[in-house]
Amino acid sequence: MKEKFTSLWQRLFGDSVRAFGVVSLIFLASLAIAPAKNFFSEWRHYQHGYLRMVRNRSDANTLQRHFQGGIQQIWLPELGVVDRCTSCHVGLKEASLTDVPTQPFRTHPVIPHKLDQFGCTVCHRGQGAATTVAEAHNSTLAWEQPILPAKYIESSCGECHRGPLPGTPQLNQGRNLLARQGCAHCHTVKLPDGTTMKATDDPPSLSHVADKTTREWIYAWLKDPQAYASTSTMPNFKLTDDDARDMSAFLIANSTPLPGDTATLSARPSSDPAAGASLYGESFCASCHAVQNAAGNMVGGDVGPELTRGGNKVKPEWLQAWLRNPRNYDPRTGMPHYRFNDPQIATLSGFLLAKTDSDLLANVHLEAATPEQIAHGKRLVSDYGCASCHEIAGIKKPENFAPELSHIGSKPVTQLIFLPGMPHTLPDYIAGKIKQPRTFSPGLKMPQYAFTPAQIDSLTTALLALNDRSNTLPPSLAVATTPESDYQPAGKAGKLMTDLACFSCHRINGHGGDMAPDLTWEGSSVQREWLVQFFKNPGTLRPSLIRRMPRFNLNDAEVNELTDYIMTVYQTPAIDRDSMPLSGYSQGQVELGKQLFYGKYSCQGCHIVDTKTDKGYIGPTLTHVGSRLTAAWIYQWMKNPQSLRPGTAEPNRGMSDDEARALTAFLISQKGGARQEAAKK
Amino acid sequence: MTRYRYMPTHVGTAAHGCPAERSSAIASRRARSVFLPAVAVLATILATSCSQQSASAPVPKPTAFGAAIVESSGGKQIAQTGSLLPQPVVVQVNDKQGAAVAGALVEFAAAPSVTFDSPNALTDSSGQVTSNVSLGGMAGRYQLSASTFDKSHKKVELKIEAIALGYQQTLGRHLNDQYCERCHNPESTVERVSNYDNLEVKPHPFTEGDTLNKLSDADLAAIISHGGSALNKSALMPAWGNTLSKSDVQALISYIRAVSDPPSRSAGPVYAKH
Repeated sequence: MKEKFTSLWQRLFGDSVRAFGVVSLIFLASLAIAPAKNFFSEWRHYQHGYLRMVRNRSDANTLQRHFQGGIQQIWLPELGVVDRCTSCHVGLKEASLTDVPTQPFRTHPVIPHKLDQFGCTVCHRGQGAATTVAEAHNSTLAWEQPILPAKYIESSCGECHRGPLPGTPQLNQGRNLLARQGCAHCHTVKLPDGTTMKATDDPPSLSHVADKTTREWIYAWLKDPQAYASTSTMPNFKLTDDDARDMSAFLIANSTPLPGDTATLSARPSSDPAAGASLYGESFCASCHAVQNAAGNMVGGDVGPELTRGGNKVKPEWLQAWLRNPRNYDPRTGMPHYRFNDPQIATLSGFLLAKTDSDLLANVHLEAATPEQIAHGKRLVSDYGCASCHEIAGIKKPENFAPELSHIGSKPVTQLIFLPGMPHTLPDYIAGKIKQPRTFSPGLKMPQYAFTPAQIDSLTTALLALNDRSNTLPPSLAVATTPESDYQPAGKAGKLMTDLACFSCHRINGHGGDMAPDLTWEGSSVQREWLVQFFKNPGTLRPSLIRRMPRFNLNDAEVNELTDYIMTVYQTPAIDRDSMPLSGYSQGQVELGKQLFYGKYSCQGCHIVDTKTDKGYIGPTLTHVGSRLTAAWIYQWMKNPQSLRPGTAEPNRGMSDDEARALTAFLISQKGGARQEAAKK
Repeated sequence: MTRYRYMPTHVGTAAHGCPAERSSAIASRRARSVFLPAVAVLATILATSCSQQSASAPVPKPTAFGAAIVESSGGKQIAQTGSLLPQPVVVQVNDKQGAAVAGALVEFAAAPSVTFDSPNALTDSSGQVTSNVSLGGMAGRYQLSASTFDKSHKKVELKIEAIALGYQQTLGRHLNDQYCERCHNPESTVERVSNYDNLEVKPHPFTEGDTLNKLSDADLAAIISHGGSALNKSALMPAWGNTLSKSDVQALISYIRAVSDPPSRSAGPVYAKH
């Protein structure tokens, strides 16, 4: 062996000339490695493939002319982006390559941004500077930012766009869920614009819970909230029987009575289901509350709690006190004060109390609580952070109860502990944690939520948008959102509007719900007399709507107070309400307006003026629009409806002033004659 | 096909794969070009060592065989690229008499970027299998296939189509919901009563490919922007040119193309299993 090696050595390096030759050869060969490596590089391979592919296409010349060989790079110093992705993804900007089924050569789908200005990794993540597929798309030891899976791509829109966007439903839903499901009660979420995320749900105070419900119900609820109401946002804490027993014992023992609630039954709950159902319908309870029907479908809105098994929960005395005036028990509730009279309260409470499920509490038998159990319950209530969401007398809201999520979208993978078998990526970790938090460690306090898979994807998308880039974005690139205002109407009318919970459905000056029309400029829009009548007996303006304004049984003084306030305060500077008369238009103008209505603009497609011929079902019925709206409002609405209500479905027809005036004349002449005819039919 | 290992499909799933598998793919290609068989051997070793991890869930053993497979629900759904279909896909296996068969094996398949939460399962007591489906990362049509075997081990297959919307189509769908659907969609829901029946001249539902595919993008843009009367069609179709921007109109058209049935040629490729 040794001899062989020596002879080989002799043959190669035996004399100095031969040694020089051999060393030179080795040196030359090693010099050739660099160009060879470059020649056989992946990106070059893809570029060759691209050229081969376009050769056979009809637009080969154009594509070849556009082609630039070599490493391509998009450099965005402001964002710290160096993206070489276009070295392989050659056809991204070629509009004709949409029919290429496979990457890397397909055209980039249409987005509102230019690739040269935004690069690739801003949205897709991954390593922009890399020039091999493996390094660019996946995480390596040195570079740990893998490509973002397509289903979370909207999170990248959320890095700059801080408000909702029409093209990103998943991000919008995720952000809503983050606020609505109360994530922000326990987790601090500092938003990139410097504000802190506020939870928009309002979990009830538990300081007087014994007035409202029984210990048995609390026990069953704690054990499985979704068994009581499948739409409930209360998570399941996976409590043992003993823990639920002790916590329910503490909550009942800790509760203090409120004067209004402990009253004896003022009226016996009636057992007339037909009357109850009709009052429930008339009061439009279903606009906010859902009830599961026999087929298992939820019927109703999701603003208030589900009532399918409400009879199992509430005490009759409490329910009647609540229906009489909900603000006694909870001053912040979104439930309107309906001003029901005693017979109505008896009817409605009887109807609601009959909504029970005999199985729900059938197996709940609790012995009287011992002081030890109550003390243990109190400890558990503190440990589980119940006071993060609920107000509980004697227990302080814990600070920083759960990890802060302000930068969760940039959390390094090395800091995460994955479950066995789980893909080692941040999105998978976040989604897994939301799906089943306790599988990560049985000691974790985070409870089990009842999210659907789509909701988990949305939440993950919204959380991934909370990352380092969104927090360090140059202010010039951020697209701000208008935050919810804290507008509160003043004075007596303001108090009345709070009492009636107008803001649960209506929006005024950037505050309130979106179920009913925005009332910011209602005073410019409607006539006083109509508004008075509407408060007394809210009619149906839109026949196809299932959510309508309920009747609040207001007295005349209250109606006048509200009407005066609305007519005076909610005025737009763009319209002088009295600039156009409500009558006295020439017959010719009215006739011209009618022709425009039925001819050129065919408004009858969406609106009804003549109930005999018109069938349009989309916009409000206009049979008596002349006694409802002001002429100045109608005129401005004809000219530019979006200037009065952004987002309204009424198209801007670009009418001339004359046309708008003629249509105003025609519409203002509709004073409700046809309505009486319809009533006769 | 095999030349480009990184198809769109891998964009969504690359992170899930086994790194050795990927490097072996690259290595084996290099091996061909640099003629180093040793690297190929190494790659094969790596690939086999990895294949155990990336093996899919075990296929259950069927206890019965059906003769036909039919769709119960979940066909023709629309979702955003990469995301879950709103409803799970439910298929049913029947015997020759049309009665449901329990315990038959149903296998779902589609383009590699599509994922099923239960790619293969036995039918339940009502003869059905339910699977949640995530579409691939590219916009277009995805053909999902559900198959079972009959007694003679012949494959019986059912094809289900799903549509993935990209950004532009998603924006178009949003605009459609806001402005168009009340008239153009004849179906009513509890929340949204259709105005279709109230119109004297019936609008074209956007799925009506037979008619709409004949109109060019420019035609559609003109009708949307200038209204029906400007083009000698019904004046019941208003002009939206002052309400919607040009890019909004383009978004709407791309949505119309995406959902048309039969498919519009400009809607892009169909993703089927290979």
